[in-house]
Amino acid sequence: MYKIIRNRLEQGYRTSSYPKKPIHLPAIYRGLPVIQEQSDLALAQRCAALCPQDAIRAEEKKIDLGRCTFCGRCAEVNDGAFVKFSQNFELGAAKREDLITSGTLPELARHSKTHFKQIFGRSLQLRQVSAGGCNACEADINVLGTPFFDLARFGIDFVASPRHADGIMVTGPISNNMRTALLETYAAVPEPKVVIASGCCAISGGPFHGSSEIVADLSILLPVDLYIPGCPPHPLTTLHALLSFFKKL
Amino acid sequence: MDKLLQINNGECIERSHIPRVSPELFYRQLNQFVRNGGFVVQFFAYPENKQMIQLAVLRSSNLYILETAVTREYPSLTRSAGAKFNLFEREMAEQYGLRPAGHPWLKMLRYHANTSDRPDVFNNTYSEDIPGNYPYFQIQGESIHEVAVGPVHAGIIEPGHFRFQCAGEEVLHLEIQLGYQHRGVERMLRTVPHKRLISLCENIAGDTTIGHGLCCCQAIEALTGLIVARGASTVRTIAFELERLANHIGDLGALSGDVAFNPPAAYFGRIRGEFLNLLLQLSGNRFGKGLLRPGGVGYVMAAEQRQTIANKLKELRPEIQHVCDLLFTAHTVLARFEDTGTVSREIAHDLGLVGVCGRASGLEYDVREFFPTERYQDLPGLSNQVSHGDVYSRAMARYEDIVHSLDLIELLLAEEEQGYPAAALNEHEYQLAPSSCVVTLNEGWRGELSHCVLTDEQGQIARYKVKDPSFHNWPGLAMALRNQGISDFPLCNKSFNLSYCGFDL
Repeated sequence: MYKIIRNRLEQGYRTSSYPKKPIHLPAIYRGLPVIQEQSDLALAQRCAALCPQDAIRAEEKKIDLGRCTFCGRCAEVNDGAFVKFSQNFELGAAKREDLITSGTLPELARHSKTHFKQIFGRSLQLRQVSAGGCNACEADINVLGTPFFDLARFGIDFVASPRHADGIMVTGPISNNMRTALLETYAAVPEPKVVIASGCCAISGGPFHGSSEIVADLSILLPVDLYIPGCPPHPLTTLHALLSFFKKL
Repeated sequence: MDKLLQINNGECIERSHIPRVSPELFYRQLNQFVRNGGFVVQFFAYPENKQMIQLAVLRSSNLYILETAVTREYPSLTRSAGAKFNLFEREMAEQYGLRPAGHPWLKMLRYHANTSDRPDVFNNTYSEDIPGNYPYFQIQGESIHEVAVGPVHAGIIEPGHFRFQCAGEEVLHLEIQLGYQHRGVERMLRTVPHKRLISLCENIAGDTTIGHGLCCCQAIEALTGLIVARGASTVRTIAFELERLANHIGDLGALSGDVAFNPPAAYFGRIRGEFLNLLLQLSGNRFGKGLLRPGGVGYVMAAEQRQTIANKLKELRPEIQHVCDLLFTAHTVLARFEDTGTVSREIAHDLGLVGVCGRASGLEYDVREFFPTERYQDLPGLSNQVSHGDVYSRAMARYEDIVHSLDLIELLLAEEEQGYPAAALNEHEYQLAPSSCVVTLNEGWRGELSHCVLTDEQGQIARYKVKDPSFHNWPGLAMALRNQGISDFPLCNKSFNLSYCGFDL
């Protein structure tokens, strides 16, 4: 008992005051990329050729956050003359096409469906389905349960059974071998239900794009309501997306 | 006589130097080597012209390589030499339709069609998109019941299927069926452009981003002759140890949560996050993705980051010690940890367990000591004190690993600041040496990681073989459950904490 109390005192209070107060990530963190639209085409093409994800659309001067793993290689070309990564971690989007951007995203809170906020605004229970990824997305969703983020204080929880859930949050590029299990899990969730694609794998196949063993894009199988980019999404990215999309803040 | 060729970790050799022996001699050598206490690092097949070649990488205190040409069928080494060959043979049957004659439990591993024109060994048509078309081992009897769990589990974890044969609460047998995370990684590694290689390897298992990334970089470096500066190597070593720390600490928290002792679960959960944030300080990503590049690292470790890491370690070390003291002295915890899920040294040896799970059962093997890469030859080794093979030992082995990792990082940070990468390494095109072979090994936080790359006459990748330590250790978990209460499954599972995606590839 003495050790429990001593440790409790040493650990102290650790919960973040985000979103009431802003939080700043280190400069090396790669969040929302911002494209220099005046930069010349040849430079954009060089960056596009370098991108392991083929996420850069050189002619349009845009980058597809649904494909991007935020590896940062494009920002190394000429010291970021074409693109620089900002520290803005608020990356969630309601529409797939919004993720193809030159550096601005529509404000998520305004673009969420209003009935979602009415139905799920006070309590949202999600079933996570891991479908073929690398387990980093799962790890950084689990982190939302730790004292720093403490997701449950917002009335959002991850539950064990799809029957108890209001929706599913899918990670991974949906391996062929998980396709049926994913669809059955979705079917087991009662209506009305939401579908969240978390991480670039679930949005576009991520680093596995092009493999014949995956579905690669969740929206082929299910109607996706919320997209959360990243490889994996930073826990703050997920927290921001869930709060903006579902809560009446 | 002894035809094995001794090789070094990360050494580029010409493929023509790999001894190719007759099948009879090949299987006899492998059999003898393993019966004399040796272990299998890699055993895989690859097509060459119109024939199939089997290649084996073996280890005792050295590494050896040997290969042979094989037709459709060969005598099973699992049958003659033991379980160390079991999964490797099943993998080859699935990947290339090669049948190990006499294999005692020839079942698919990951459920995908083979890439050759040989018929499917398991008579699967793959018309159903779920790995379910096969028999499980069953025990018959009036009081026997079967419990099926997965692929979708209760928590936020990866998919897999567990089938228990139970008498009451007691588990008589556990069969683990994986394959749900199969993404076709090995085939992709052979066909994608070079710019995607590292990113693919970083995503084989996200919790082992640095580990698999290192194996890949070292292989490319061997095949191109790229030299890694000592400073870059130091950054790699620090990142590798940070990855180990984050995972082990997360595991201790999860173990604590599984025995319903919540304070350490919460504290370790938070402390794990601190280590992920340190990886972010080095690489811009909480898992270290983007840090490693063939030839070095992508980001500079400036004095500021160095200081941040040093300060954080100083702050966290006593906290970790105090929370571990809380965990390992609570009698309710000890009552659950001790003598639960015991894997004897004999069984661990027969299965060829690696990493913390192997060391917890008394197998003293650590790649960092046996076949050191990066900065490990300059650093002290680790010896584990507790090796009863139970959950307690596996938890304790993690704690010992944690303290050791903290020491290693502090040693590296205390070195004279010279030659940390002065500049980040930008992308450059490289040409791989033709007709060459390289085997790389690293001690990931779960144990021995190994990649093997073969190139063809044009310097294209002809075969890229990946092995995650989980490939060796999943059968260990199945054995740990023998004659245990089924309610101890989560605890045993967490004490191994193996990778589904690393296994499924």
